[in-house]
Amino acid sequence: MKQLLTGNASVATAVRLCAVDYIPAFPITPQTEIIELLSRWINEDRMDAKLVMMDSEHSMITAAGAASLAGVRTFTATSSQGLLYGFEMLYNLAGWRVPVVMANVSRGVSSPITMEPDHNDVLSARDSGFLQIHAETCQEVLDSVIMAYLISEDSLVRLPTIVNLDGFYLSYTREPVEVPEREEVASILPQYIPTSGYMNAQNPVSVAVAVLDGRAYSYFKYQMHLASLNALDVHEKASKKFEKAFGRKYDIVDGFMLDDADYVIVMTNSLTTTARAAIKEMRNEGRKVGLVRIRLLRPFPRQKIGQMLAGKKGVAVLDQNISIGSGGILYPEVLGALYHRSDRPNKIISFIGGLGGKHIGISDFKHIMSVTEQSVKEDQQPLQSILLFTDSDWSKVKQMLKVAGKGEVEG
Amino acid sequence: MTTKTLKDLPVEESLTSGTMLCAGCGGLLLVRIFEKVLGQNAVTVNAAGCMSMLSVFPNTPFKSSWFYVAMASAPAAAQGIRDALDILIKKGRVKKEDDLKVVVITGDGAASDIGLQATSGAMHRRLDFYYLVYDNEGYSNTGFQASSASPFSSATKTTIPSALAPEGNLLDKKDLFEIWTAHKPPYVATISPAYIADMMRKIEKASQFAGPKLFIAHSPCPPGWDVDSDAVIRLSKLAVETGIWPLKEAVNGEVTHSVIQKKRKPVEEYLKLQGRFEHLFEPARQDKVLQTIQNKIDAYWARVEK
Repeated sequence: MKQLLTGNASVATAVRLCAVDYIPAFPITPQTEIIELLSRWINEDRMDAKLVMMDSEHSMITAAGAASLAGVRTFTATSSQGLLYGFEMLYNLAGWRVPVVMANVSRGVSSPITMEPDHNDVLSARDSGFLQIHAETCQEVLDSVIMAYLISEDSLVRLPTIVNLDGFYLSYTREPVEVPEREEVASILPQYIPTSGYMNAQNPVSVAVAVLDGRAYSYFKYQMHLASLNALDVHEKASKKFEKAFGRKYDIVDGFMLDDADYVIVMTNSLTTTARAAIKEMRNEGRKVGLVRIRLLRPFPRQKIGQMLAGKKGVAVLDQNISIGSGGILYPEVLGALYHRSDRPNKIISFIGGLGGKHIGISDFKHIMSVTEQSVKEDQQPLQSILLFTDSDWSKVKQMLKVAGKGEVEG
Repeated sequence: MTTKTLKDLPVEESLTSGTMLCAGCGGLLLVRIFEKVLGQNAVTVNAAGCMSMLSVFPNTPFKSSWFYVAMASAPAAAQGIRDALDILIKKGRVKKEDDLKVVVITGDGAASDIGLQATSGAMHRRLDFYYLVYDNEGYSNTGFQASSASPFSSATKTTIPSALAPEGNLLDKKDLFEIWTAHKPPYVATISPAYIADMMRKIEKASQFAGPKLFIAHSPCPPGWDVDSDAVIRLSKLAVETGIWPLKEAVNGEVTHSVIQKKRKPVEEYLKLQGRFEHLFEPARQDKVLQTIQNKIDAYWARVEK
């Protein structure tokens, strides 16, 4: 059945469809609607689960991991500061090898504090051991939560997953979403039965004990890394199962107008929808441009990205995040997917934009592609990330600085 | 309420020997007795501290389940496990008889400092769990720095007596018992390794209640307190006899004392056995500081006996 759902409602709906048993929660904008909906459905007896309001995200993520360890299907959700507040526990949950699924509704990170999205929050968790799926649309959000359980609970993986959706752009935006029936979801995702590690009186276990030997420590960390890499294939397996059941297909990396493209933009998440429109316009103008959207951020689909970008003239990597003192976070990862190839693009340029929800429109995408084309033609490689900031952005900031009592600022 | 004696202590051990903890560890003795009394259908949830060194891969001294979490959130992990077991039992996926008691064991730093919020949350939610704090009055596992449970005038690695602060620690011990009791959980008690029968009676009493059951245990730390390993029980006994460690319990917020001395020994007898208070006696007696400590104890008991 098709419904008009916000991104947040899409998450909550998927959680209900997945027959999740347990949801430790803590509110934070723009995630809160997810836990409000789940709480209401549980109170109205539309969902047989327990939701517990915890005292912080640190406690919330801890409780989620511990419950999963004890054998229930567990979900939780957070954003931004909440993710950072619970950060220590992300590494712990991955080490506990628990298939918790957590929605992160992306929002910029303080200071300065803000509400609107960029990806510094979720990308800070990239080394934690959580798998990461980044969604472009509300439909993909709903479908990805279901797929996340399929992948996380696979015995070849057994790692938690973050499903990322952009605050505001998806969280509060209604889109038509095809909502499957509970039974249809159950047919591909049956009740969670833990196979090892869980605790009850029949099964005394020691979990997460100290490992004071570097060899054993390395063994456990390497296991996690290899299990994460398994998720590249397990995603494919889950994707096939999902497509068979629902007719929608998700690849770890998504190409758009790529085949004969000379210049390609690489990006993630909801702004991709605007980029698609820009690519279409540029195509109409006769420019051979295309797009690559990375859906699976962890494990990083290095080989697939390499194959998709091989032979292109120029690649622009648009990071909606900033590693202060380095630049875009995804840029070096994309470089790493290409460097070893003799057919790598001539130029791979780093752009940063959309921080704190700053608008990126079609003209910005055209600018990005023009700079990339120019860079190839002139054989000029910018050594630092190009920071997108228009004249109109600057005049608006100047105006605010004036109101803030900073006087006239030279441009 | 039955009166317990040492003969009532179960013979079977839940915590076996051969761990890497320090000889004479007061905390370990407490944990051993606590686990013995609770039995093996338990999961011990641990926050970073000395006891984290009990289970070190590939060994564990526990016959029951053990779960190391992180320093700040052991009570939150207890919440997750308790809720999960309740859900599984309700949905018929785990048998009622395979249920586990959930037991949080942390040091005083995790309890009074970094994990105070998580414990407050668990108490507020009426979580059905046991919490044992082995209170060795400092961050022992990292070499004995001051925690908020370190008593006034004790020497720690971060309160070394000096010309500027000859008394050592300038701050009073945080009153965790009162903080916990203010949440009105069904059961809070202080216990001591020198009073095992008192401890057994309290655990038995606590086990009648659903909800948070919390214990703060006097836990002499030979290296941190600078005492010999064989002095631990003597010290714990003196702590009670001098009144510096009151043995008490609070049922739904109502406090009663389980041991009241007819005549308390002077606190000096307790202090002078410990290297961490040596500066109060040598090279010169700090009479004013000693009097302050004694006055605080006397004032406490004056309130109790009023």
